[in-house]
Amino acid sequence: MAKERKIGAYICRGCGIGQALDADRLEEVAAREGRANLVRQHDFLCAPEGVETIRADLASGEVSDVVVCACSGRAMTSTFRFDGVAVARANLREGVVWSRARKGESSALADAGSSDSSERGEIPAKTGETTGEAEVSSSERETMQEMADDHIRMACTEIRFMTPPSPSLEQTLNRTILVVGGGISGMTAALESARAGYSVTIVEKSATLGGFAARLWKRIPDRSPCEAPVDPGIATLVSEVSVHERITVETSSKISRTSGSPGKFKVTIERCDPASGDDGSTGSRTETFGAIIQATGFTPFDPSHIPELGYAASGDVVTSSELEALALAAKGEALVRPSDAKPIKSVLFVQCAGQRSSKPGHLSYCSGYCCAASIKQAMYFQDADPSIETVVLYSDMRTPGSGGEDFYRSGQSRGIVFTKGETSAISAAGEGGGARVRYRDLILDEEVERDFDLVVLATGMVANAGVDSEANDTKTDEPDTNASAPAAIEIPVESILNLTYRQGPDLPHLAHGFADSHFICFPYETRRTGIYAAGPVRRPMDIAQAREDATGSAMKAIQAIENAGRGRAAHPRSGDLSFPKVRYDGCTQCKRCTVECPFGAIDEDEKRYPLFNESRCRRCGTCMGACPVRVISFENYSIDTVGQQIKSVEIPDETENKPRILVLACENDAWPALDMAARLRRSWSVFARVIPIRCLGSVNTIWVTDALNAGYDGVMLMGCKSGENYQCHFVKGSEMAQYRMTKIDDTLEQLGLEKERVITHEVAITDIERAPRLINEMERTIARIGPSPLKF
Amino acid sequence: MSENNNEMIERYRGNFLREVEDNVEEGEWVKMCMQCGVCSGSCPLGPHWDFGPQTLFMMIRAGKRDEVLAAEGPWMCTSCYNCIVRCPRELPITHIMHGLAHYAVRMGLAPKNQPTRKFSDLFWKNLKADGRVNELRLGISLYFMHGFVDGIKTALKKAPLGLGMVRTKRMNPMEFFGGHKVRDRKGFHRMLEKAEEIESARIEKGPRPGAE
Ligand code: SF4
Ligand code: SF4
Ligand code: SF4
Ligand code: SF4
Repeated sequence: MAKERKIGAYICRGCGIGQALDADRLEEVAAREGRANLVRQHDFLCAPEGVETIRADLASGEVSDVVVCACSGRAMTSTFRFDGVAVARANLREGVVWSRARKGESSALADAGSSDSSERGEIPAKTGETTGEAEVSSSERETMQEMADDHIRMACTEIRFMTPPSPSLEQTLNRTILVVGGGISGMTAALESARAGYSVTIVEKSATLGGFAARLWKRIPDRSPCEAPVDPGIATLVSEVSVHERITVETSSKISRTSGSPGKFKVTIERCDPASGDDGSTGSRTETFGAIIQATGFTPFDPSHIPELGYAASGDVVTSSELEALALAAKGEALVRPSDAKPIKSVLFVQCAGQRSSKPGHLSYCSGYCCAASIKQAMYFQDADPSIETVVLYSDMRTPGSGGEDFYRSGQSRGIVFTKGETSAISAAGEGGGARVRYRDLILDEEVERDFDLVVLATGMVANAGVDSEANDTKTDEPDTNASAPAAIEIPVESILNLTYRQGPDLPHLAHGFADSHFICFPYETRRTGIYAAGPVRRPMDIAQAREDATGSAMKAIQAIENAGRGRAAHPRSGDLSFPKVRYDGCTQCKRCTVECPFGAIDEDEKRYPLFNESRCRRCGTCMGACPVRVISFENYSIDTVGQQIKSVEIPDETENKPRILVLACENDAWPALDMAARLRRSWSVFARVIPIRCLGSVNTIWVTDALNAGYDGVMLMGCKSGENYQCHFVKGSEMAQYRMTKIDDTLEQLGLEKERVITHEVAITDIERAPRLINEMERTIARIGPSPLKF
Repeated sequence: MSENNNEMIERYRGNFLREVEDNVEEGEWVKMCMQCGVCSGSCPLGPHWDFGPQTLFMMIRAGKRDEVLAAEGPWMCTSCYNCIVRCPRELPITHIMHGLAHYAVRMGLAPKNQPTRKFSDLFWKNLKADGRVNELRLGISLYFMHGFVDGIKTALKKAPLGLGMVRTKRMNPMEFFGGHKVRDRKGFHRMLEKAEEIESARIEKGPRPGAE
């Protein structure tokens, strides 16, 4: 740090801080221990005059870095943001004053008021009154003051290891989008992006645009009154796409190579004309794109390996996609039996054919569109001739979407019969053609066997998500339960994107072969920054949902392009300018960072050092947490910004009976939960010292060992849920942390410490009551096992 | 009621759902049931009968004509309307239940010894006679519903109650002979005949106008 740094600490006395704490003593701590060059107190720091004071000090050069000792770092963020200046926040309000239980305030829900007014510091003035001297014993006051003192120490330490982040200047702004797949989702995404002013290239494997929807006779309606099947509207969409000046269409093409990162994806598009040559390749070209939308759709499930569905046994058993082909060919004329072209008098639709079952060879999930698709197809028959008997054999009718229920009703009122039952066997009916079906009627509780002229299997969706790079990892983890099962689903595992990323050629999958995306909060964000999945490649869905999906992903692609052009992180730390820097002379080439990065941001250079791709990086810090030699850091977040804070806390000796508990809380969920708990005046142990972190994944075990060595009595990690239903904002961060923490036991043993001293919790943002409780439990645990023997 | 059961069987050729739609009060609603089971679950009589509304509607769709028309279920409905209030598909279940009972009688398939069916018969006979329900006679005929000996036993058991009612002028024993009547008894009977005539003509004509 060449430039001379002058730290200014500003202590706010508003929001009840002044009444509860001794501000003069805080000032002294900031000046003496925090070595602040200038300390000021203010009655309402967030008021214009307060902020003006800081600006004036910055302008006069008296102060270069700012420590705001006031509310939580999550509050008043824009007020206390000063361009190009590093700011650290000491959390006195939520972290100390509001989270202290005081008599008569344990249920201060009403007192907390709306978050709005408490933001502005109105309510706490009232709180101040109830914090009368008489109610708080002097020893309580003292421990609370000690907590506040520590927060000042931590913030003053943090600032000395922070620099304001600046863009790397390696960015490129490239306002072009590559859309892979020319079906409904792809075309919609292309049109939406083009309308927003971005240039789009659609790459479609087959010879024409349209995808699955182009092979439909009619589609499920999604606009009121949702009573009858409607035209798929593909022709209109195709012509709109074809004439748009900003859309280029490459049919009969594939992607043979994708490298680079958001803002500068280098993509090789290969024309493949099956008619010419062996591999069909007829030349390729390489183009640069800002972002990629993968809308590669699905393949209809092939039921031929399931004997009980009778697909192979009878020519009059067809899948729903085959029925569409028949209907499309008939163009509204009456359909005839595929086997002998005789008229059809009865049709049975078998729902969930090869789906929603744990049997080997079946899809375990619900494809979500086939119930409505069967209703639609039954209407083809009913509308052609109402005397045709149409029966839908279902175990649960699922018609999602706003019009789904109306469509179901419309089918019922037209006379389609819905029977709740379970098919046990379908076979050829004998001489006369048709198929014989045996099923159990689940309402009447009886076995039924009867013949139908035609049986339609409502089969599901298998995602076209390419190669699952993590398939091998997971397979070794799980005990192979169905070893004898036939290879469950044969997905054509040909890579789609052919990424040159070290972590595999395609988007990582989550489950059942669908591309991973943050299911709950950020559905379009995949695990490859700047590449967005839309449509059934992400999860099973119908046309209406796919169009919505495509629009959403177009928006995300645009965001990614604009952020990449400015050197800013994409979601969830959107706007963050910091990015990982590596001290290469210390790197041992262990590759932990490249393995653990949830977003495949790190490749390898020729000398086998990790090569960071800035715009692929989401700034989670997982690489920093992973690095055993600790050479990875961010300008405003590093091993030191947290590690030194940990060390700055004063550790009382064991005779004082004042334990110290370090809480490393994820800034996305656990920390906000604690902030909200504080607003509701929930209290947590006065001995806890909470430090927010970017992600549990960024926790380097050195922090934990340092804390224990420094004499902390316990360490708590609070992060998001991991696993298949993860909630981690960085997908794998908390999983990686949990994995690392399994190794901490050895360390504890070496130090001669009890296992209970380090604990990891999954905390959701809604755990407002639970999060403080967990800390209090830890205090009790410490009381039980006694102080750490490592105190000096 | 003189409809020919065989004629109906002939006319609908196994399409019992259509038969119900055409001939049972509110029968066109049966196809709209989505088998959620809320009605049967809500019915206070639910545990006491063979088939609840949900099952009956499924049986109709499955073409189980004989079982449905001979079922106890429709006769057990007390018109509490719980099911109607709760049905997510807004089926007029109570009315369908009564419609089914009525149609079963017309077809001559209603259960003969089902107590509520018997009560209904007695009630109708009683009402039809004079245009007003004669409670005393209805009560006594109920006593003898299960035979003479049973009737005497019940009557003796209930005697103190009856005497008490007479004493407090709650019941007039003279009602047993004659009793109140509508003013124009003949007109009343003509009215009933006409109604029956209209109904029969409608059934004769087949599906109601409007129904396809
Ligand atoms: S949408 Fe319907 S048919 Fe398809 S899997 Fe789900 S429940 Fe089964
Ligand atoms: S682990 Fe996180 S911070 Fe590190 S390179 Fe990957 S995305 Fe960026
Ligand atoms: S409540 Fe209505 S929809 Fe549900 S089973 Fe009964 S009649 Fe059918
Ligand atoms: S109205 Fe009849 S069928 Fe409906 S809940 Fe009441 S008793 Fe049962």
